[in-house]
Amino acid sequence: MLAGGPGHLGLAEIARSLDLAKGTVHGILRTLQGVGFVEQDRSSGHYQLGAALLHLGTSYLDINELRSRSINWADPLAARSGEAVRIGTVLEGKVLVVHHVFRPDDTFQTLDIGTLLPLHATALGKVLLAYRTAPLPDLERFTHRTVTAPARLATDLAGVREAGWAADIEELTVGQAAVAAPIRGYGGLVVGAIGVSGLVERICDSHYRPHPRLVGYVRDAARAVSRDLGATR
Amino acid sequence: MTSPTERFVVAIDQGTTSTRCIVFDRRGQLVSLAQQEHKQYFPRPGWVEHDAAEIWRNVERLAPLALRRAGITLDQVAAVGIANQRETTVVWDRRTGVPVSRALVWQDTRTDALVTALRDAPGAAAVQERSALPLATYFSGPRLRWMLDHTPGLQERAERGEILFGTMETWLIWNLTGGKHYTDVTNASRTNLLDVHTLDWSPESLAFFGIPRAMLPEVKPSVGSFGTAVAAFAGVRIGGALGDQQAALFGQTCFTPGEAKCTYGTGSFLLLNTGTDLVRSDNGLLSTVAYQVEGSPAHYALEGSIAITGSLVQWFRDQLELIASAPEIETLARTVKDNGGCYIVPAFSGLYAPHWRSEARGVIVGLTSYITKGHLARAVLEATAWQTREVVDAMNVNSGLTLKTLKVDGGMTADNLLMQYVADVLDVPVVRPLASETVSLGAAYAAGLAVGYWPDLEDLRHNWHRAGQWLPAMDPALRTTEYANWRRAVERTFDWIQPAA
Repeated sequence: MLAGGPGHLGLAEIARSLDLAKGTVHGILRTLQGVGFVEQDRSSGHYQLGAALLHLGTSYLDINELRSRSINWADPLAARSGEAVRIGTVLEGKVLVVHHVFRPDDTFQTLDIGTLLPLHATALGKVLLAYRTAPLPDLERFTHRTVTAPARLATDLAGVREAGWAADIEELTVGQAAVAAPIRGYGGLVVGAIGVSGLVERICDSHYRPHPRLVGYVRDAARAVSRDLGATR
Repeated sequence: MTSPTERFVVAIDQGTTSTRCIVFDRRGQLVSLAQQEHKQYFPRPGWVEHDAAEIWRNVERLAPLALRRAGITLDQVAAVGIANQRETTVVWDRRTGVPVSRALVWQDTRTDALVTALRDAPGAAAVQERSALPLATYFSGPRLRWMLDHTPGLQERAERGEILFGTMETWLIWNLTGGKHYTDVTNASRTNLLDVHTLDWSPESLAFFGIPRAMLPEVKPSVGSFGTAVAAFAGVRIGGALGDQQAALFGQTCFTPGEAKCTYGTGSFLLLNTGTDLVRSDNGLLSTVAYQVEGSPAHYALEGSIAITGSLVQWFRDQLELIASAPEIETLARTVKDNGGCYIVPAFSGLYAPHWRSEARGVIVGLTSYITKGHLARAVLEATAWQTREVVDAMNVNSGLTLKTLKVDGGMTADNLLMQYVADVLDVPVVRPLASETVSLGAAYAAGLAVGYWPDLEDLRHNWHRAGQWLPAMDPALRTTEYANWRRAVERTFDWIQPAA
C-alpha cells in the first residue's frame, strides 16, 4: 500500500484503507518499523517504506512475470466459466490488461493485451482501487450505470474489500458484465486482479447479480495465482 | 472445489530442468500442479548430466503434493501418464536399482568423436535407414555405447543381464511399478536402435552398436498398459507414456495428417503429423514415431528440433545476469523498438534442424556501441522466431504441405512479444490453445484413453479451444531483409570447432 500510493501516508489513511482500527494499525506499523520495513517521518509523522524492504527484492512484480505466473490458472478459469478472462494491473490511473484468454467458443476474437481500461467502471479496476490508497481517478461516465459519485464509489470499494471480489454490471458497456478478484503477491500485497467478462445475461442471474458459481471460479483462480506468487493468505 | 466422487488423471512431466505432477479433470483442465527442479551437472564443456535417483525422489515427493493441492485422494486417480525429456540415457543395476552413473542428458555432446567414427563404420547407412534418424550425438544409442565403453566391466555385466538401460520414462516406470522394464515406442524411436517399421529393436542395429539385447526394455504402444504403480501412485494404472514432444502433439490433439504444433521450452520442437506413413526428410528434419494406440498402427511425424530457445533466455538470466526472471526478457526487449542490427545465434551445442552442424558455436553479430541490453534482449527473442522460420521452411518443402497456422504451446507462449514476432516472421497466424501445458496434457490424454476415462480421440478434440491468437503484422520487405540478415548470422557459426589434431 505504501509502495503503491504517494509514498508516505498518515496513520488514519492507512487504517481507513485497510479497514482496521487505528490502534491495530499502529501496533502493526510499530512492528514493521522495528524490522526496518517501515520508517516514520519525524516532522509529519507519516509512514513510508523502510530501507530494509529494498533487500527483500520482491516488492515489485514485473507485468510479464505476472502473466507468466498466472497463465496456468487463467486457462482453467476460462474453461470452467466459459467466458473471456483478463488480468489487469494499475498503470497511470488505468487498468493495464496484462493477460487475456479468449472466451472458449472458438469465435474470432482479438487479443487486447496492452489495452487500458478505466479503473472505476470495471470489475478489475474496482478490485485494484479497493486495495490502494491512490487518489480516485476522474470518474468519467460511460453508461447510465457507471458510478460517478466519489462517495458512492468509496462505499462500493468498502464492499469489495469486505466481499473479496468486485463486479461491473453494464458500467462500462451496455449489455456487458464482469467479475474480478484480487491477486496477492509476496506478503499479501495486491499486485493485480483477475476476472471474467461477458454478456450480462450470462454473467448475472435473474436478480441482476453475478452467478455465485462464477464468483467462486474467479476467487478460486485468484487464490491459486496468489499462492503461486507466494501470498500467505 | 472438487466432489469426492469425481475422477482425475495425473501426468508426470519429467522435463530437462524440472519434474512436475499435474492433475487434470475430464475437460482436460489443470486442477493442481506440483513442481521441483533438479540439479544440472556440467562436468566439462559440452557434457550435461542428471542424477536419475534425485529425479525419482522428486516424483515420490511431488505425487502426494499434487493430490493434496487438488484436494483429492489416490482412489480418485483413474490413471497416470508420463511425458519425459527424450534421448536422456539412464543405466542402472537390475538388482539394486541404483544408477551406475549419472544420466547423460539429450544436450550432451560427448559422443561427438564416437558418432563421427560410427558414421564411417560398415552398416552405418543401414542403421540410419532402419531408425529413420541420422547418426547424431542427439540420440541415446551412441550415448549408451559411450557408457559401455567408459565404465569398466559394464559391457560384461550388461551381457549377463545385470544392467538395464532406459530413457527417463523407462526409469520412472521401473521405479513406479517395482521392476517392470518397459519403454514407449516414441521414446524408443529416438535411440537409433529401433526399426521404425517393425517397432521393435533391430538386431542388426544392436549388433552395429554392440549393445546387448538383455539390457533393453520391452517396447510398448504409447497408449496402453505399462503396469500398475506400487510406489508414488500405489494401485493406479500407468496407461500412457510419450516423449515430451510427441506428448505435446497429442495434447494439441493433432491426430490428423497435416496438423502441426510447436512447443517452446528449453529447446523448441515443431512436429507435423504425417499419419501412418513414415515420411523421410532430405533437408534436416527427423522422422519419428508420433504415437501408437494399443491395437492400432503407429502414427508418424516429421520433426524440426531446435536445441536452444528458452535456454537462451535462461543463459541471459543466469550467466549474463541482465534480467532477474525469464519473463522480464520481454520487459527489457520492449525498452527498444528493434534489434538495433544485432543478432544472436545460439549454437551452444551446435545447430540442430535444419542445419545439423555439431561443430557450429554461438555468435553475437552486428555489435556496435549503439547496442544496449535491450537490443540484446530483442535479439534473444528473435533468435527463437527465426529458428522456427527455418524449420517451417524445411517442413513446407519436405511435406509438400504449406503451414496455414501454427499451434503453439510451452512456457514461452506467455511471452506476448515473442509470439507476435513468430507470427510476423512466419507470416501465418499463431494460435495458443486453452491449455499451455500440452506436454502434460498429452500424457494425461494417453493414460486416460487407455483406461476408458475418455472414450476416443474425437472426444479429446472437443476439449481443444483457442485461447489466444497472434496475426502477422510485419512489413514484407522488412521480413525479407531481417531473414537475410539472420541467415548471414547463422553462416558465421559454422566450422568453429576444429577436429582435434
